[in-house]
Amino acid sequence: MARIGVFVCHCGSNIAGTVNIAQVMAAAQTMPLVTFVADNKYSCSEIGQTAIREAILKQKLERVVIAACSPQMHEATFRKTVAQAGLNPYLLEIANIREHCSWVHSNDKAAATKKAIELVKMAVAKVARHEALFTKEIGLTKKALVIGGGISGIQAALDMANAGYPVILVEREPTIGGRMAQLDKTFPTLDCSSCILTPKMVEVAQHPNITLLTYAEVKSVRGFVGNFEVEILQRARKVDASKCTSCGICWQKCPEKIPAEFNLGLGPRAAIYTPFPQAVPNIPSIDLAHCRYIKYQEFVARGEEGKKPPQCRICERLCPPQAIDWEQSDQVLVEKVGAIVVATGYQTFDHTRYGEFGAGRYPDVITGIQLERLLSASGPTEGEVVRPSDGTHPKTVVFVSCVGSRDERMGRAYCSNVCCMYMAKQAILLKEHDPEVQSYIFYIDIRAGGKGYEEFIRRAQEEARAIYLRGRISHIYQDGKKLIVRGEDSLLGRPVEIAADLVVLATGIEPSAGAKELAQSLNISYDAHGFMVEAHPKLRPVESRTEGIFLAGTAIAPNDIPGCVAQGSAAAVKALAVLSRPSLVSDPMVAIVDPLRCTGCFACQRACAFNAIDSQVTRDGKTIAVVNESLCKGCGLCVSACRGVAMNLKGFSQQQLLAEVNALWR
Amino acid sequence: MALDYQPKIVGFLCNWCSYAGADMAGTSRLTYPPNIRIIRVPCSGRVDATLVTKCFQQGADAVLVAGCHPGECHYSEGNYHARRRFTVLRELLSFLGIEKDRLRLEWVSAAEGKKFSQLVSEFSAEIAHLGPRKDNGKAAGGSL
Ligand SMILES: Cc1cc2nc3c(=O)[nH]c(=O)nc-3n(C[C@H](O)[C@H](O)[C@H](O)COP(=O)(O)OP(=O)(O)OC[C@H]3O[C@@H](n4cnc5c(N)ncnc54)[C@H](O)[C@@H]3O)c2cc1C
Ligand code: FES
Repeated sequence: MARIGVFVCHCGSNIAGTVNIAQVMAAAQTMPLVTFVADNKYSCSEIGQTAIREAILKQKLERVVIAACSPQMHEATFRKTVAQAGLNPYLLEIANIREHCSWVHSNDKAAATKKAIELVKMAVAKVARHEALFTKEIGLTKKALVIGGGISGIQAALDMANAGYPVILVEREPTIGGRMAQLDKTFPTLDCSSCILTPKMVEVAQHPNITLLTYAEVKSVRGFVGNFEVEILQRARKVDASKCTSCGICWQKCPEKIPAEFNLGLGPRAAIYTPFPQAVPNIPSIDLAHCRYIKYQEFVARGEEGKKPPQCRICERLCPPQAIDWEQSDQVLVEKVGAIVVATGYQTFDHTRYGEFGAGRYPDVITGIQLERLLSASGPTEGEVVRPSDGTHPKTVVFVSCVGSRDERMGRAYCSNVCCMYMAKQAILLKEHDPEVQSYIFYIDIRAGGKGYEEFIRRAQEEARAIYLRGRISHIYQDGKKLIVRGEDSLLGRPVEIAADLVVLATGIEPSAGAKELAQSLNISYDAHGFMVEAHPKLRPVESRTEGIFLAGTAIAPNDIPGCVAQGSAAAVKALAVLSRPSLVSDPMVAIVDPLRCTGCFACQRACAFNAIDSQVTRDGKTIAVVNESLCKGCGLCVSACRGVAMNLKGFSQQQLLAEVNALWR
Repeated sequence: MALDYQPKIVGFLCNWCSYAGADMAGTSRLTYPPNIRIIRVPCSGRVDATLVTKCFQQGADAVLVAGCHPGECHYSEGNYHARRRFTVLRELLSFLGIEKDRLRLEWVSAAEGKKFSQLVSEFSAEIAHLGPRKDNGKAAGGSL
């Protein structure tokens, strides 16, 4: 018969303030098999852990129940504690009397105490049926995958590559760089974005440890920490990268022009294109939806009557090294990696949902990111800030903050974190471009919490003479050449009306398109907006809940460049902590078949999503199920699918769960 | 029905979403009635007929099974298994003379502490309204 020790944690006053510890201890004394009960001010502290270890040795405890905070917090900690005292780490059960009891029932101390006693009783009943479990060593692939090549992903990839580990960086656009490549200068130091970004992009391309796959997407991910198997779709550029010299003749001569995504429609690009001159890799791609020759081929393939469209093929004829390759097709690459960093970044809110701002009807109502392109010397206007409608220089510019941020109506309660700062930056830059510009910034609150940020806002107000008006905009409409902006100055409590030449909407930050689908294929959680969810919002900010998958940058939440870079490095360190281990240990809480009870119906095999059930012929010729422990993830679906009672799950066995139920209300 | 009648509820919560959601309710100091007993399971799909009927045998007034939202199960499809089994289990309960509504399946994510606390409060109120079990806890082989 097992000797069970029960340790009740006060957690300072977090538990003891609501739950009567003495009563819980007294009740525990009377529970079956309990031979020792003690309390701890803080069980997780070194003193608390030592007390537990000493009690295990002195009292010859064989199983331990710790009534404390959620097992999600400290199960791993306490498993180590009991192991240090020589006990199998799986002979431990946590009774969650904090998150599930004291914190939620602080208004009813008697009921909370009663519940805590029952939770301990359930844990005692369960732990009595625990068995010693043993981990196994498993090998791992010492290679990382980074998804998304914005500044966050670039930083993560470089840090891991510099630590000596091979990295695959997958970016779905034809170039890396992400949104930062579109910015002109960056707050709060006003260094030019491409001047600090381009060297990093080039370093990625030239790094011997980095395999860069652009114009590529992750299709599926299987496996587990240390042993992921990833399918990557490499889209066809129709350009042979080994021949292309990046001379640029193709895109200069291509006759088909369409609005450039990189410039948010403010200028054209060709059907064969690199998004911007410093793109990495600097290999053009043919946009299949717009290429004339592709359209011609499709027309012929359809076998339609009528006049054939032109064949074009100008790029092919003019390309000096003959790099155009019409035969090139999409390819699926299969790679094995040990850790994954997700850095899929953001896009900006679609402001056409705001009817009061013209719903996209007015050409001179632009977004913050469009203004970045107008300010940029390598942008569509070569750094001349002009109105999209008539090319004149705007003198009165109105900024509207929180467009798709802090607005419940749009389902966006959160703050986008960078807009206050980039509006101030843009006001400063506009003044530098043209001293006659007067900026008005409509704000709700000014959020400038970063290092040097508040000073930067002052600079916009004092040096660039930007006028800050607190209040929301109710309406924008066109009146002749002017845009009339109507709003409220909530500090003075009166309406304001400004006749503007240009209106800039600070559109909020939302997760990149496809982020949810990617999260699903990676099996990681995302929130209602599609931002990736951290394993712990404070203590594990760059880890997902799935082991071996890490997060960085605006894929988690709106963030500025310094924050993204810090997270990229942090995620790299976390991934390196996996990759640098000689081997990994398997979770022993897996399914197990009772060969005497298995009838060989294989309902378990059909329920298993991980192909973890194999068949095996026994000595008496019966075919039965057997669990492949390295593939089993311990979900227990096979247990509930089993028609006999042959299948069980270690650590969450049927006997243990029934024991918990049996302990209730007795 | 006594005014202070407190229904007894068992909650099977999946480790990855709902259990963490219940933790989140705690971390956010939201309150809900103290009459639910939470049992941690790896996945909502782990909960089978035996466990649910055992709860009713044991005198539970209601059972809640909560898992990750569709498409978010940590093991990809466990919650779909749970959903299919749930439909069958409700029929089974009604065959045993226990109102179907005493078994509930819900999706609660790790971030939905508020949803969890509201869910328990609501469910508890609904069951209190339904009153004690008409079979006096005898169905499902109970001995109470
Ligand atoms: C108008 C404006 C001005 C700003 N100005 C400043 C400033 O001055 N200073 C500052 O610090 N911050 C500024 N910011 C914020 C800054 O842009 C971000 O902090 C930073 O660029 C985010 O980097 P990221 O790598 O997280 O995301 P991103 O730059 O969005 O990179 C993500 C990358 O992942 C790729 N991707 C997405 N999904 C997939 C997928 N499924 N598979 C493969 N690849 C994928 C994308 O194509 C992209 O290349 C500004 C933001 C805006 C909107
Ligand atoms: S893990 Fe939550 S329902 Fe499957």
